[in-house]
Amino acid sequence: MSVIVAENISKKYIIDHQRKNGSSGLRDIVTDTVDKLFRKQEKNGFAEKEEFWALQDVNFSIDKGDRIGIVGHNGAGKSTLLKIMSRITEPTTGQIKIDGRIASLLEVGTGFHPELTGRENIFLNGAILGMSKGEIRESFDAIVDFAGVEKFLDTPVKRYSSGMYVRLGFAIAAHLNPEILIVDEVLAVGDTEFQKKCLGKMRDVSESGRTLLFVSHNLTAIQALCNKSFYFEKGRLIDQGDTTHIVTNYLSKVSQKSLEKHWDNIESAPGNDQVRVKSFKLFPEYQDDLNHIDVRTPINFQFEFWNLVEGASLNLSMHLYTFTGECIFNVGTPAENFGKGLVRGTCEIPGNFLNDGSYVVSMMIVKDTSTVLYNMEEALVFDIEDYRENVTWYGKWPGYIRPQLNFSIRQSEHVVND
Amino acid sequence: MATQHSITIKAGGSEKDYWKDLWLNKQLLWILSKRDLSVRYKQTLLGVAWSVLRPLMTMTVMVFVYSYVAKLKADPGIPYPLMVLGGLTIWTFFANTFTQISNSILINHNLVSKVYFPRLLMPLSSVAVGFVDFLITFGIYLVVTVIFQTPISWQVVFLPCFILLTFITSMGFGLFFAVLNVRFRDIGQLIPFMVQVGMYVCPVAYPSSLVKGTWYEKYYNLNPLVGIIDGFRWCLLGSKSYFNPQSLYSTVITSSIILVISLIYFRKKENTFVDHI
Repeated sequence: MSVIVAENISKKYIIDHQRKNGSSGLRDIVTDTVDKLFRKQEKNGFAEKEEFWALQDVNFSIDKGDRIGIVGHNGAGKSTLLKIMSRITEPTTGQIKIDGRIASLLEVGTGFHPELTGRENIFLNGAILGMSKGEIRESFDAIVDFAGVEKFLDTPVKRYSSGMYVRLGFAIAAHLNPEILIVDEVLAVGDTEFQKKCLGKMRDVSESGRTLLFVSHNLTAIQALCNKSFYFEKGRLIDQGDTTHIVTNYLSKVSQKSLEKHWDNIESAPGNDQVRVKSFKLFPEYQDDLNHIDVRTPINFQFEFWNLVEGASLNLSMHLYTFTGECIFNVGTPAENFGKGLVRGTCEIPGNFLNDGSYVVSMMIVKDTSTVLYNMEEALVFDIEDYRENVTWYGKWPGYIRPQLNFSIRQSEHVVND
Repeated sequence: MATQHSITIKAGGSEKDYWKDLWLNKQLLWILSKRDLSVRYKQTLLGVAWSVLRPLMTMTVMVFVYSYVAKLKADPGIPYPLMVLGGLTIWTFFANTFTQISNSILINHNLVSKVYFPRLLMPLSSVAVGFVDFLITFGIYLVVTVIFQTPISWQVVFLPCFILLTFITSMGFGLFFAVLNVRFRDIGQLIPFMVQVGMYVCPVAYPSSLVKGTWYEKYYNLNPLVGIIDGFRWCLLGSKSYFNPQSLYSTVITSSIILVISLIYFRKKENTFVDHI
């Protein structure tokens, strides 16, 4: 029996290219209108506003008791789908029919007020998530116990440590009793202890025959929890079915994804009158037959550019960022004098160094070790998948890097009991 | 977020279930109101005393400036401080609720982007703080009445009607600006200015009998607040206080029309608040 049926769901956003931030002020609208009135002919159809389809023609049906994992890259439309299903925003076209009490957990501790005490926030957050006062009272002790915040019940949550805050938030959500539960990447926050609890609770939910929708980049968790999966790419539901099948498919697509950029025409290549970029490629040394990059995979970078000035002293500087923009490292080559022509730079990131996640590389061409001639921002984007051996724990491995250090453990002394 | 067991999500929203949903979520309305009230004076030294001090100080200053310095007079037989305090009580109620309603969506943006419930709950719950402040100011008014030995007249039975009218008017204006505020942050700048100007345009510090017979009287009465403020004072001070019934008709008509338009506008936009916030 289908509890969720989605037909032709699409969601359109309008992207405004002129503005840095999404919401435009009244002033912008006024000046734009004045602009348009007086300079109509100059704009000759250049699209300032672009339509962006976050979701396009998505159709699916979910049976009662299904545990659905949703995979896809950042911007594939996963979160938009959850937002539509949670009724936070509406679709541009199409409709979804949902049968059953639905609760969505897109964030831990939604609506917590920092000035209110833990006790008050339990009631506030519970009500926001759709629990009645009676239900909250019934599970109050269990929530407090699960979160481990007995001592701080009457302390404002702004005095809580971030761990306590997240634990309390999850504890409340865990005691929701919906027939359909929607969970977004909540595992991405909190400590490992919390993540373990969180996964355990979700397994309880799925085992009790309720319907679960779970978005995560953590494929290990999806494989552990979900029996079916949806694979989204560029706003379309491109594949669905058995989780193992989808995850394998997803991983193979990831590695086939273009890991290189190159420009044949030197005139139109990025750069300026001193340097022009020719190519930037990434060569992983795959460690398995599936050809996907995981935490073990060494990655080689090759960057080529044309030097257009005879005798220029140049060096390269490469930045590696996390997907959220934190810089993990910056490495540079020594400077050398080059004649006109092609210059090639290579770099290797060893295996067992970066943690799983999405990474962004930018490359700078620097002159005289001080002037940035050209900065190619977000030049390459790649994903590193998780890989674990001899570990029975599924939570997100913390940290930006996951180096293998000489870290060992041995028995240093035997205590003999008689 | 308590919802019925079967829903259909589509563009344009599920019109027929909306009011039922709102009713199902009345508990959340109560909890959100309680939240706003209990965080109000957290980490302040004087706490609730502010709700008493503010209207008292405003009244004192206004009495000094308008009565002693500018020599404005109340209607015959009415002490000036009582007239000012009466006007101030209802005007502040309007100004506070209007401001809070206009900001309600933005203030709760963390909820808007993460969880569904009928969005109308946010403006509705934001009224609570203004209403409690109103009750406190009204209490001060009663104390001042005793000091000036001016008994409350029998017309006080109509008082709830005027409170309700104020609520309708502030909802009407507030909902409209709440929607605009999501899209244009300019509204946040505009509202304090409107409230400030409004206090002079409305008969708070002077009786509207001063306007009687002038060429602009009929335009003046179009302002729905004129009927409310004059009516409110009439309830408390009796027929000695000037009250033109014409201004009441205009209040009822304009306020209802504005409320209906704003509600339609709000309903039309609420499902996409998150896309603009």
